[in-house]
Amino acid sequence: MSAVRKPNPLLVVGKYAALAFYLIFALFPLYWLLKIGLTPDALIFSEGTRLFPSEVTFSNFKTVIFQTDFVAYFRNSLVVSLGAAFFTTLFAAGAGYAFSRFVFAGKRIIIALMLITQMFPLLMIIAPIYKIVADLGLLNSLTSLIVVYTAFNIPFATFLMQSFFDGIPKDLEDAAMMDGCTRFQALRKVVFPLTLPGLGATLGFVFTAAWSELLFALMLISKNDAMTFPVGLLTFVSKFSVDWGQMMAAGVLALIPSCLFFIFIQRYLVQGLTSGAVKG
Amino acid sequence: MARIELRDVAKRYGSVEVLRNINLEIQDGEFIVLVGPSGCGKSTLLRMVAGLEPISSGDFLIDGECMNDVRPRDRDIAMVFQSYALYPHMDVARNMGFSMEIRKAPVAERISKVAQAAETLGLTKLTDRLPKALSGGQRQRVAMGRAIIRDPRAFLFDEPLSNLDAALRVEMRLEIARLHQKLGATMIYVTHDQVEALTLADRIVVLNAGDIQQVGSPLELYERPANKFVAQFIGSPTMNVVPVLGTETGVNVGNGVEIRMLDQPLTAQAKELGVRPEHIDVLDNGAGDLSAVADVVEHLGSDTNIYVNAEGIGPMMVRKHGNIPVKSGDRLGLRIQAQNAHLFASDGTALRRAC
Ligand SMILES: Nc1ncnc2c1ncn2[C@@H]1O[C@H](COP(=O)(O)OP(=O)(O)OP(=O)(O)O)[C@@H](O)[C@H]1O
Ligand SMILES: [Mg+2]
Repeated sequence: MSAVRKPNPLLVVGKYAALAFYLIFALFPLYWLLKIGLTPDALIFSEGTRLFPSEVTFSNFKTVIFQTDFVAYFRNSLVVSLGAAFFTTLFAAGAGYAFSRFVFAGKRIIIALMLITQMFPLLMIIAPIYKIVADLGLLNSLTSLIVVYTAFNIPFATFLMQSFFDGIPKDLEDAAMMDGCTRFQALRKVVFPLTLPGLGATLGFVFTAAWSELLFALMLISKNDAMTFPVGLLTFVSKFSVDWGQMMAAGVLALIPSCLFFIFIQRYLVQGLTSGAVKG
Repeated sequence: MARIELRDVAKRYGSVEVLRNINLEIQDGEFIVLVGPSGCGKSTLLRMVAGLEPISSGDFLIDGECMNDVRPRDRDIAMVFQSYALYPHMDVARNMGFSMEIRKAPVAERISKVAQAAETLGLTKLTDRLPKALSGGQRQRVAMGRAIIRDPRAFLFDEPLSNLDAALRVEMRLEIARLHQKLGATMIYVTHDQVEALTLADRIVVLNAGDIQQVGSPLELYERPANKFVAQFIGSPTMNVVPVLGTETGVNVGNGVEIRMLDQPLTAQAKELGVRPEHIDVLDNGAGDLSAVADVVEHLGSDTNIYVNAEGIGPMMVRKHGNIPVKSGDRLGLRIQAQNAHLFASDGTALRRAC
């Protein structure tokens, strides 16, 4: 007789019920976004809380894409988020590697300083930041947002990257150098492929943070053609006297890049790339 | 060709001196084993030879050429790491051929060399596996293959067998001995294992707390240890050391019995006497130098280990060849083989015999 115990069916049902409940709970707001976006304007208020719209239309999506500045906002957001994600990850990877591998004078102080920068409430530093950006003549430019987002995300991203480097045994680099690599080759051929999950996670983290950032974007950008998507979304409030249908349609469209981005990087997010390196 | 020389080499981490006064000359083709307790600096010394750890002071030479500041890749030395350090994202073949890939060796040559090394190490069926799909012993062999494929001037091994089970260990030990015979390359090998050290080494270097205690052939270390540390570190089971009072003709052990040490004139300075378990004769009660009570007796078939309580001295261990009919609780007489005993001064240095 096999000793394998059949799992209690009640337990299985319970588990899936719990998961289903959680999924509905998490996804329902997104569904509602989509539902309102697809409902014809005339029906939005009369539909009330009906679960399914009685009539489906793509007119909100068409209007948003072809008759508003949404595409420009969208493009600006993409530029800013990708730029911030790229530069943050670049600097964070370098700094994280140094923190993980080297002993150097002032290391603890630098780490402490980086932690301290995370402690200030944003509202407190927004005025000085505005002044600096204005003095640099960067107001109303996407560059200012890339710089600010990069600066704000570097500390956390650095700690994130450091922990990924900590997980890669130093012996691997040493072995590569014994095998004839320069330090740089060892980084490129051995460390880099093993850091991909870390790079993916950091890129994704900064991208989403920048994509949905509102406060700085609102402060530093006032010209319509440099607005990012979250700021642009607010224009639906004033310009169209809260056009719910279009606002929701724009929201749905705004979710697409984040989803695509995570689908793209998720294969790098899988853990366990370093298993087998050492005895364990 | 690789004659390796270390001259007054020291290693400091900040104010902590991890190694000091390391002077060592290793001949071409020699098999050197580094032994010493955990944390004594064996890995550090090996890493300095590899070029992975900068030398704080002193000189490191290969074939008379100062290599202090030469990068690891230009030293032409291969190393097998304590942790194996296989590249987890490369399959076995690529792991082994990686050094040739970096040196841009012709692909055909690389493939044939990898196949040859895989054959030697019995890895032929595993060449397309990733390290995570290998057992500990297989990983160890891949790490070895990565080193031998290069045909380097010298090999460094950092406890390569410490994670294998006993049978595999013996097998790999033989493999390494064969490899050394075949290649004739200089090898430096770190181990905790007595048997590995004694069987593989041309010369053994005993390290303790950052100092070289003694350098010599296995037999030299066994027969003429330079001090108490080496005497107790080399040889298994461990040497018995008992306090004594030196006189002109011999030494007085605890119970007042004098053991005559005719060929050892410096006995007045002797503070301790060391005798290996195999150098104590077991006699009938009342005979010999000491009387003792057997405490625990281990019958190993080929040998018998007798843990005794010697009168006036305390616990000692005796090992005799063959099966000795002794039971726990028996009263025995013990005789110390004076010609095989060692005397130590108060600072632990061995007193040299006249011969
Ligand atoms: N980066 C470092 N900073 C300070 N001390 C260090 C550093 N690396 C090693 N040490 C110290 O140097 C000493 C020697 O270390 P090493 O790794 O060479 O020992 P070992 O003889 O190889 O020990 P084991 O047998 O356990 O492998 C240890 O006491 C260790 O604490
Ligand atoms: Mg070690």
